[in-house]
Amino acid sequence: MKNRVLALTMAAAMTAGLLSGCGGGSATTPAPAQSKGAASGAVTVKVGGIGPITGDLAQYGTATQWGAQVAVDEINALGGPITLDFTYEDDTGVADTAVSAYNSLKDWAKDAPLVIYGTTTTAPCVAVAAETYADRYFQLTPSASSPDVTANKDNAFQMCFTDPGQGVAAANYLKDNGLGTKIGVIYNNGDAYSTGIADAFLAEAKNLGLDVVATQTYPSDTTTDYTVQLNACKDAGADLLFLPIYYTPASLILAQAKQMSYAPIFFGGDGMDGMLDMEGFDKSLAEGLMLMTPFNASATDSRTTTFVDSYKKLSGGVLPNQFAADGYDCMYAIYEACCKIDGIADMDHEQLCDALIALFTGGSFTVDGLTGSSMTWLESGEISKAPVVVKVVNGVYENA
Amino acid sequence: MSFLNNVITGVSLGSIYAIIALGYTMVYGIAKMLNFAHGDVIMVGAFMCFFAMGSFGLPPLVGVLLAVVVCTVLGMVIERLAYKPLRQAPSLAVLITAIGVSYLLQNGAQILWGAATKTFTPIISPTNAAGEPNALQLFGGQLSISYVALLSIVVCLVVMVSLTLFTGRTKLGKAMRACSEDKGAAQLMGINVDSTISMTFAIGSALAAVAGVLMCSAYPILSPTTGSLPGIRAFTAAVFGGIGSIPGAFLGGILLGIIETFAKAYISTDLSDAVVFAVLIIVLLVKPAGLLGKYVPEKV
Repeated sequence: MKNRVLALTMAAAMTAGLLSGCGGGSATTPAPAQSKGAASGAVTVKVGGIGPITGDLAQYGTATQWGAQVAVDEINALGGPITLDFTYEDDTGVADTAVSAYNSLKDWAKDAPLVIYGTTTTAPCVAVAAETYADRYFQLTPSASSPDVTANKDNAFQMCFTDPGQGVAAANYLKDNGLGTKIGVIYNNGDAYSTGIADAFLAEAKNLGLDVVATQTYPSDTTTDYTVQLNACKDAGADLLFLPIYYTPASLILAQAKQMSYAPIFFGGDGMDGMLDMEGFDKSLAEGLMLMTPFNASATDSRTTTFVDSYKKLSGGVLPNQFAADGYDCMYAIYEACCKIDGIADMDHEQLCDALIALFTGGSFTVDGLTGSSMTWLESGEISKAPVVVKVVNGVYENA
Repeated sequence: MSFLNNVITGVSLGSIYAIIALGYTMVYGIAKMLNFAHGDVIMVGAFMCFFAMGSFGLPPLVGVLLAVVVCTVLGMVIERLAYKPLRQAPSLAVLITAIGVSYLLQNGAQILWGAATKTFTPIISPTNAAGEPNALQLFGGQLSISYVALLSIVVCLVVMVSLTLFTGRTKLGKAMRACSEDKGAAQLMGINVDSTISMTFAIGSALAAVAGVLMCSAYPILSPTTGSLPGIRAFTAAVFGGIGSIPGAFLGGILLGIIETFAKAYISTDLSDAVVFAVLIIVLLVKPAGLLGKYVPEKV
């Protein structure tokens, strides 16, 4: 019932989005690209993005769309050998809608070389990757973090950490920095993201000899009462709580822990990113919270500040999060890779796909971006970059 | 001591369920229909209080009053537009309409206020100015009962007692009971059935607003789907206690809260819902009308 009503609303919204997308797109991006292209003989590569820009997950899709758009505008203004022709399709976070979106992107590109950017969320990404693998299109996702996305598909690559990768990185970080003598874990065992991180964390913690004193779960993110889980961790004497969960339940956990005067170190994954921007959230609750996020919008290096400024112009003042930054890096990865490939103008999508795979897995290709420097990719499609741990100090992120 | 803590958590959670369940049971008892949109009225109430306190900086009491007024009007409007035309229709049609209204409210809220989760400002701040928890500390701080939990329990008791007195002692309450027993006969006795049912919805929705504010004060997140799960739980509580019975809804709500919390603490956090519903099934097998419900055989 809900899905049907949603689907109808979404279909209407999507049609509207498509129409406005076409109008806006032809007015802005391709126009300078063509004029530049004609002058310098640049080759245009088509990049088709997919993600939810309406519905419950719209915040994530729009972030990856706008982040990529900022990079595309910068790249096309560079006057380099490659220009990008970027468009974005809505999948509302639903797998079969994502596959239809992918099909319309193929129609949009016709015979021009096309690279698929996305999708934003895991389930649709797995569905689309199966299609692109069969059709031979190169695919780079900014944010779909499950290993299922790239498993047995040589053409699918990730810009974000995988879930198990994040769990392992967290355990190593705690060990290396001597954080917490007794560790408690609370995770959502009804969710693939949370379980993926927690399982890898627990396994790695065992290897490293970390003392995990309590492992607590809850069944879904609609759970509102965590006092039982928190009491169990408190009674076990945990002085560090590892929370590989999204920020909405985490905000409740922080509030309820404070109410029961329980103040361990809270350590989370990238799902915590966004908590500080929740409307009405009391930022003092998050004071001292540590999280692994590849991107810190309050960093002061010039590339980040330029990105944040351009992004805010597109978003109407909303600050970019890691989804946006990963999207930005995806465009530069695609651009820099295409610059290294000869004869793109004569390639079809299949030849471009094979050339890009060879480059990404060749070992010598590295990308410097907002979310990491000298980033490389493994043959599995997984990214290799150093995790960045930030700490909330006075309501903003500070590198820990 | 953790046992007592769990009892307190369970009772305060249960009293919120009970306030919602009282609304369900009133409407069912008098209009003989399941108002599935009740849970979403809770959400609207919480949003009203959120905007009043957050965006306009009004004091908590004004926020609660605004939520009550808006929800009362909303409940009466829903009844007038969606349910009254179906008064003579089969009960299945009314049930489907109620589900439709529920989705209308949810999706409407999503369009108006966005899907992103918001943090609710509790009507009693969880900590005082010195940063200490706003809670009653017993046994040297080992047992801590937050003021919001105390307030929920008190409000729930007050609501239960006053509803019982209202339906038992007042003229309007008598009219409600008359409508509940036989609408046709009530009308012949000069009772305005339509306005009585409308009044029932007004009371039920006002209770929903109070429950919404209390629930979001205890668990301070708010999104357009906030009301749907507690709505279902409270419906379960109403059936558990015997739907149509006011003390039954109260007892059902409290028991449901305690069972849920105990199942989480002593059985499994993942199985807590399964345990709650297993208990419900057992109770209904033994007492088909619920704990305090009266079994009325259908006259043929």
